Amino acid sequence: MSWIEEKGPDRDVVLSSRIRLARNIAGYPFPTMMKDSDAREILDTVKRCFSVSTPFSGRRYSVTLIKDLPEVDRQVLVEKHLASIDLMQHSDVAALIMDDRQRVTIMVNEEDHIRMQCILPGFQLDKAWEMLDRVDDTIEAEVEYSFDDRLGYLTACPTNVGTGLRASVMMHLPALTVSKQIGAVLQTISKIGLTARGLYGEGSEALGNIYQISNQITLGPSEQDIINNLTVACQRIFEKERMAQQAMLKVSGKQFEDVLWRALGTLTHARVMDIKEFMALISQLRLGVGLSIIPGLTAENVNELMILGQSGVLGKRAGRELDDADLNAYRAETIRSRLNEMLQA
Amino acid sequence: MLCEECRQRQATVHMTKIINNMRSEIHLCEQCASNHEEFASITPFSMNDLIASFMDMGAGHQAFLRSATVKCPACGMDYARFKQSGMLGCRECYQHFSNELLPVLRKIQSRTEHSGKVPKRSGSSLLLKKQIKELRQELKIAVETEAFERAAEIRDRLKALEASYREQGRDIK
Repeated sequence: MSWIEEKGPDRDVVLSSRIRLARNIAGYPFPTMMKDSDAREILDTVKRCFSVSTPFSGRRYSVTLIKDLPEVDRQVLVEKHLASIDLMQHSDVAALIMDDRQRVTIMVNEEDHIRMQCILPGFQLDKAWEMLDRVDDTIEAEVEYSFDDRLGYLTACPTNVGTGLRASVMMHLPALTVSKQIGAVLQTISKIGLTARGLYGEGSEALGNIYQISNQITLGPSEQDIINNLTVACQRIFEKERMAQQAMLKVSGKQFEDVLWRALGTLTHARVMDIKEFMALISQLRLGVGLSIIPGLTAENVNELMILGQSGVLGKRAGRELDDADLNAYRAETIRSRLNEMLQA
Repeated sequence: MLCEECRQRQATVHMTKIINNMRSEIHLCEQCASNHEEFASITPFSMNDLIASFMDMGAGHQAFLRSATVKCPACGMDYARFKQSGMLGCRECYQHFSNELLPVLRKIQSRTEHSGKVPKRSGSSLLLKKQIKELRQELKIAVETEAFERAAEIRDRLKALEASYREQGRDIK
């Protein structure tokens, strides 16, 4: 179980809520300038906080060295939003600590010594913060963080200094995208210190009409202020998206429903599908499920399919190298069979 | 004016580019514009690029020459590398490059003073200050909602905290 299969609030528009904290340990240079021996000591220190024999906050944690992880498994972790591409690029010294429900992950020796995140299904930023705050307290009981009275928690990049907190909501905004209102929405949020990224972070495009909205500012406001600001902005966006969906339904009626049903038709029958087409169809399917036009499927089913269709996850499943043509055929086949199982259940 | 690409819809998005004094104009409809990178609403550049540009903007030529040769004595990070990667090398870098860093922080952050969580073991006076601030807020709410018993409790705790803050030789505003 993870955020992908679990139910969350506002799941018609929100896929996940995520909080990330950046921390460095006092007495060591940041990862940019540290030696390999520093990195090993840091990992040992952090590992001690998550000793597997003493369950931490009631959950068991596993420690994985990135260098022991095959390329395809690394890609799967990134596609599931459980680790960053950056962690994989520091593979010689980096490690990932993860709880058994895949909610809390701690990246060690990434851009900062410690990057911890909590990811939950649906819209629940407050709960994610509450959980991560406790994880942070527990680590802090064992190590001394690099902290400055004026600048707060010190981070390698000055864009994270202060709280070190990045809160991020992953949402599906098809109606605002299709009706071209999204540009204005994104412009407005940038004025209140928020920023939008695509499905896979900085610079990635909004595949499948999925956007990640997060705070840009980390220094000045408190953690709770940052989360409240993002929460209020997100609620307004959901409202607008739901209104736009209803408007489309009202104006285009049958034609609109036809598009959504055809997406289901293609997903259950296509033989070849590239990632762009797949994500566009998944977006339409999600909309159809959210509006109760397409029965027999849930938002969690759609999440599962979306992750299942990502290249790394497919490669892992196939257990062999796939070239583009193979991959697109394998994607169509895998989605077809899983979707049919879901519809028959 | 019709869109230059589809030649069907009205052009509503206009862009003028000037590169090396060569001027070019593009007129598109919204639909065609959405396929163009230049009009994409999602930022296509990374934060690091942005930091580098801010650092160039702030410093004059002399300051730049000075900084270019300066190294952090603690970790050896030099300004050129910091500018290129947007990453600092250690906590001393924050002190050492503070002249270059503060203008950047003012642009990318809202303020240059932290007001959030404070590590308990840092023994920082910030912790006390923060608790006092939170209690004052609670007191205000208690008084407003006429929860006087609760207000009295909070007032006692506040007094104790303020006393220990003063013991550290600090003023409370």
